[in-house]
Amino acid sequence: MSESYKRIKAIKFGVLSPDIIRKMSVTAIVTPDTYDEDGWPIEGGLMDRRLGIIEPSQRCATCGNRVGACPGHFGHVELARPVVHVGYVKIIYQLLRATCRRCGRLLIPQEDMERYKVLLEKYVKNWPELVDNLTSRILSKAIKTNECPHCNERQFKVKLEKPTTFYEETREGAIKLTPIEVRARLERIPDDDLKLIGIDPESARPEWMVLTVLPVPPVSVRPSITLESGVRSEDDLTHKLVDIIRINERLRENIEAGAPQLIIEDLWELLQYHVTTYFDNEVSGIPPARHRSGRPLRTLSQRLKGKEGRFRSNLSGKRVDFSARTVISPDPNLSINEVGVPEEIAKILTVPERVTQWNLEEMKKLVIRGPFNHPGANYIIRPDGRRIDLRYPKDLKAIAENLTPGYIVERHIRDGDIVLFNRQPSLHRMSIMAHRVKVLPYKTFRLNLCVCPPYNADFDGDEMNLHVPQSEEARAEARILMLVQEQILSPRYGGPIMGAIQDYITGAFLLTRKSTFLRRREVCRLLYNAGYTGPLPPPAIKYPEKLWTGKQLVSLFLPKDLNFAARSNICAKCDTCLEEDCPYDAYVSVKNGLLISGVLDKKLIGAGQPESLLHFIVKDYGSDAASHFIDNVFKLFLIYIDDYGFTMSLSDEDMPLEAKIRIDEVLKEAEIAVNRLIRSYREGELERLPGRTLEETLEMRIMEVLTDARDKAGNIAAEYLGMDNYAVVMAKTGARGNILNLTQMTAVIGQQSVRGERIIRGYKNRTLPHFKKGDIGAVARGFVYSSYKRGLNPLEFFFHAMGGREGLVDTAVRTSQSGYLQRRLMNALQDLKVEYDGTVRAPGGLVVQFKYGEDGVDPSRSDHGKPMNIDRIIRKVVMERRVE
Amino acid sequence: MKYLKAEDIVNRVDSLINVLPPSIIEELKEKLPKFKLTEEELEKILFTVVKEYEKSLVEPGEPVGVVAAQSIGEPGTQMTLRTFHYAGVREFNVTLGLPRLIEILDARRTPSTPMMTVYLDENHRFDEEKAKEVGRNIETTYLENITESVEIDLISGSILLTLDLEVMRDKDISVENVINALEKLKVGEVEMVDDNKIAVRTDILDVNKLQKLRNKILALKLKGVKGIKRIVIRKEQGEYVIYTEGSNLAAVLKVEGVDPTRTTTNNLHEVAEVLGIEAARNMIIREAMGVLEEQGLDVDIRHVMLVADMMTYTGRIRQIGRHGISGEKPSVLARAAFEVTTKHLLEASVSGEVDELLGVTENVIVGQIIPIGTGSVQLLMKSTSSRGKT
Repeated sequence: MSESYKRIKAIKFGVLSPDIIRKMSVTAIVTPDTYDEDGWPIEGGLMDRRLGIIEPSQRCATCGNRVGACPGHFGHVELARPVVHVGYVKIIYQLLRATCRRCGRLLIPQEDMERYKVLLEKYVKNWPELVDNLTSRILSKAIKTNECPHCNERQFKVKLEKPTTFYEETREGAIKLTPIEVRARLERIPDDDLKLIGIDPESARPEWMVLTVLPVPPVSVRPSITLESGVRSEDDLTHKLVDIIRINERLRENIEAGAPQLIIEDLWELLQYHVTTYFDNEVSGIPPARHRSGRPLRTLSQRLKGKEGRFRSNLSGKRVDFSARTVISPDPNLSINEVGVPEEIAKILTVPERVTQWNLEEMKKLVIRGPFNHPGANYIIRPDGRRIDLRYPKDLKAIAENLTPGYIVERHIRDGDIVLFNRQPSLHRMSIMAHRVKVLPYKTFRLNLCVCPPYNADFDGDEMNLHVPQSEEARAEARILMLVQEQILSPRYGGPIMGAIQDYITGAFLLTRKSTFLRRREVCRLLYNAGYTGPLPPPAIKYPEKLWTGKQLVSLFLPKDLNFAARSNICAKCDTCLEEDCPYDAYVSVKNGLLISGVLDKKLIGAGQPESLLHFIVKDYGSDAASHFIDNVFKLFLIYIDDYGFTMSLSDEDMPLEAKIRIDEVLKEAEIAVNRLIRSYREGELERLPGRTLEETLEMRIMEVLTDARDKAGNIAAEYLGMDNYAVVMAKTGARGNILNLTQMTAVIGQQSVRGERIIRGYKNRTLPHFKKGDIGAVARGFVYSSYKRGLNPLEFFFHAMGGREGLVDTAVRTSQSGYLQRRLMNALQDLKVEYDGTVRAPGGLVVQFKYGEDGVDPSRSDHGKPMNIDRIIRKVVMERRVE
Repeated sequence: MKYLKAEDIVNRVDSLINVLPPSIIEELKEKLPKFKLTEEELEKILFTVVKEYEKSLVEPGEPVGVVAAQSIGEPGTQMTLRTFHYAGVREFNVTLGLPRLIEILDARRTPSTPMMTVYLDENHRFDEEKAKEVGRNIETTYLENITESVEIDLISGSILLTLDLEVMRDKDISVENVINALEKLKVGEVEMVDDNKIAVRTDILDVNKLQKLRNKILALKLKGVKGIKRIVIRKEQGEYVIYTEGSNLAAVLKVEGVDPTRTTTNNLHEVAEVLGIEAARNMIIREAMGVLEEQGLDVDIRHVMLVADMMTYTGRIRQIGRHGISGEKPSVLARAAFEVTTKHLLEASVSGEVDELLGVTENVIVGQIIPIGTGSVQLLMKSTSSRGKT
């Protein structure tokens, strides 16, 4: 197969002239019928075989090619009377008003014209973006003139009656301008005058905007479909063209027969209607042409427009082969760089591999295994370009024997192949990443949990797509630029977007906290699973039993020259930090690769945490080390939490009686405070906040009191919930949930709100008929005293549902709004790139920034926005001195 | 061992001004003198810093625009939609979150909640009374605000105003001020009837006309800056700051006591007109970053900068969308693929436009390699095998 490397350099737009339409036409279409009784296309009909063919068995009557190769050929219809093209009505209207009705010149004095001409040339050369401005100024000036400065003819007002009819308001009254007259006037406009108002006469003479000949698109543009019943169903465009030709022929016959003017005009208008709707079926002012079923026809303009139109649906986005989609499920045993692919899918997706003398034997084996056994092959492409389908031949061995270098084998994808993996919505570049294939049983794609955050994936039924790059270049790019480990650092904020989530974090905390001691058996099992092969470190406790700490195990995997200090998520934010002596063990200190103190949790290894331990590992030791760290060390955490047996249950929300009493007290106090506020409001003693009405002030004060009460209740609840409570462990370490969630479960749910206010709406002067009119107390405005554990009473439940509904509506509205914002941003910025001189430029070489981001630093290579961490560099050098 | 003096360190760091960006130079100058360093160590540190900086530079061809669009668009899904929040000033409702971000990028003529932060100069900054005085000159006071009651006398065709003297004192307006202002209106004779009563005598006897006149009189502006509806004075970090509802930068800057170097508004176009396009660019960055930060979203400032530069680099503010950047693209196909497809195609045909296929969308449409990233590399290779020839 020979490929040509021609490149399209530019595309010029213009209007087809009648001559060109006739020249490119292979035949005139004269009859509205399409097929004869036998089902053969009629010569000179809309399905004429010279226009191209749509059935695979036939050959094109013009070019002799079969379906795929024949591009289709245009025909044409000679219109009996000219009609206006709807798309150009506006421009025609402007031209009619801006030019003389007699001599056709632009209504601008000759000397001004000369001046403008010079000016325009200057603009085109120096400020092309201002040309539109100038031309429209000239145009509006011409329109305002009433008398032709060239022939002194008085100009009449031309009126446009939408969509396509022009009137001239002469002294005798409004006279209709027929398309013939319109065309005649447009013909009179000289080329030079047109240039001044921004029309290029070379590519668009205005008279071409009034059609005398209509091009008929090839059948391949409007294929008919044959239903199972054998009934042929024509495309909408064909239907419309039939209408046009039918009326056109009738009009012609009537003219030839010398029919009364009235009839001819009626037919002419009908022809205009059909041609108009053929171009655009959504023109305002006329009813859209409909299908027999009442559905509006989808004509030319509708085919291009909108999300489902040609541009956005078929040109900006294209359908692809070599892709797969299925449900995803988690597999912590895979590397972050891997994706588990079901064998069934692996047998369908292929990679073309060129046979060489080095892989000949291997390829032969694959061909012999055929398309139905997994590491096999589906097709062979011979050097002459013929494809052999391996599904049908009986003797695959014989085919395999024929393989010689130069053949291409389309073999099944297998372990180690590079594929692209994607989850919609593809909001950022980490939504499509390259993975290595791991062929696995069962029917779902499997992925490591640490890549959930970039894809924003969970496993409640999410599906993902997979694409197989087919060329060596594509694979190389995918591997070097798109592999998961290369995307750990997000360009959004210059920190790791991947990392530990949920159980990984809990596990890390449990393993590394001070009270964890492990026996030799456990240590070995953990280390083995994490892929550790070196010697065991000396135990932390030697007698009565050898015991190791979790920190020791983690230290084995840290780079030996790593020095790091940070506070973990459980940090209580004391006024003076005791650092390594922290009573909560929240001060993480790594010295020369040894975890000296501190527990690992979300702040250290979590996903989306900049300036964390994980971040430094990625930055300082590279993506290989990082993926190694995530693949192996994180396994320690999972296995440990597995053995540990981490669970949460209803009893985790139990409160001692004492706590309940205290919480009730707090809430009662709050209620009293609210009532006091309401009373002082009623008695007019409430002091107004500046800039607020009295009612607003009251609402704000009540909200304050109630939020405060909930916080207090939460704090009381928290006092009774210690780190022996697993829900608290998850909240404190940042694994899942927060203290507020816990409070709501155990103590009090708190104020429900709609639009940021207490619930007001419902019945007249009250939210629900269960309250007295005018009751604005806490309960009547949606304060929920119950906890989730205790359960809500019906009224509370209703208010809670109101708040919940608002949340759902909010999400739905937000996704559409932010989706559109994203589309606009992308469209506005997509062409920008950094040039070799470090400037950011738009196409055409326009400089947008002289240095990207003012310092030329790539955010994804930055250290949380800064080019580097200077403190660490200094410390490193100073430390070296101390060692010496 | 010999340690370097602090000034030697600073001088050495300054010598790298053409190699490193100012932000790093500053940081080095601040941090390095705190350590005792030998010359060797200093060189080592600076060498590493330069190496790290060069490592962190963008690669040529990097599609920075796309990355910026993604980095701002993606967190949009996580933003709240709740229009109103109390940002600092709880007396005002301020649009924040996604709606405000959209507003900024749309470059709307007026924000939905125009607001100004007025800083005061040395003389007025520290004294509450003086701050109030400035505030009075900023906040608009209409006659309506200081009148207790209005009566219409149909028989004599006059309007009788009863003024609230206490409010007037608070606003520092005298009765003479009112009379003068009323006389300027030229609707009739102004006469002081009592200490706090003013009558406007006209010869109009039509009830409707008098009603209209009454409204006109009540809407008479006595004091303040047009467009400023309300003010709140707050003490912040030891100085008094005036927050206003409504915005009119040009006029407020002229008010005595206002510090024109720090006073801002959230109205983009005002800033562009009064302070220039660079100020507008900085304001886009500041406002957008403010919205994102308020929502707790971590977005690198470089992305926001690029958006702001794209909106302003032509010298006027262009919206992100069809009436701005996307509508002014040189490529017909790119415009058609965005919005209002047919309009762009028809107009392009009339003026005989040529699409040079320089952008991304155009090349995707015709099925060619896009000129961005790895696609921007243009290597010339002989199409025939060169082996055996030379």
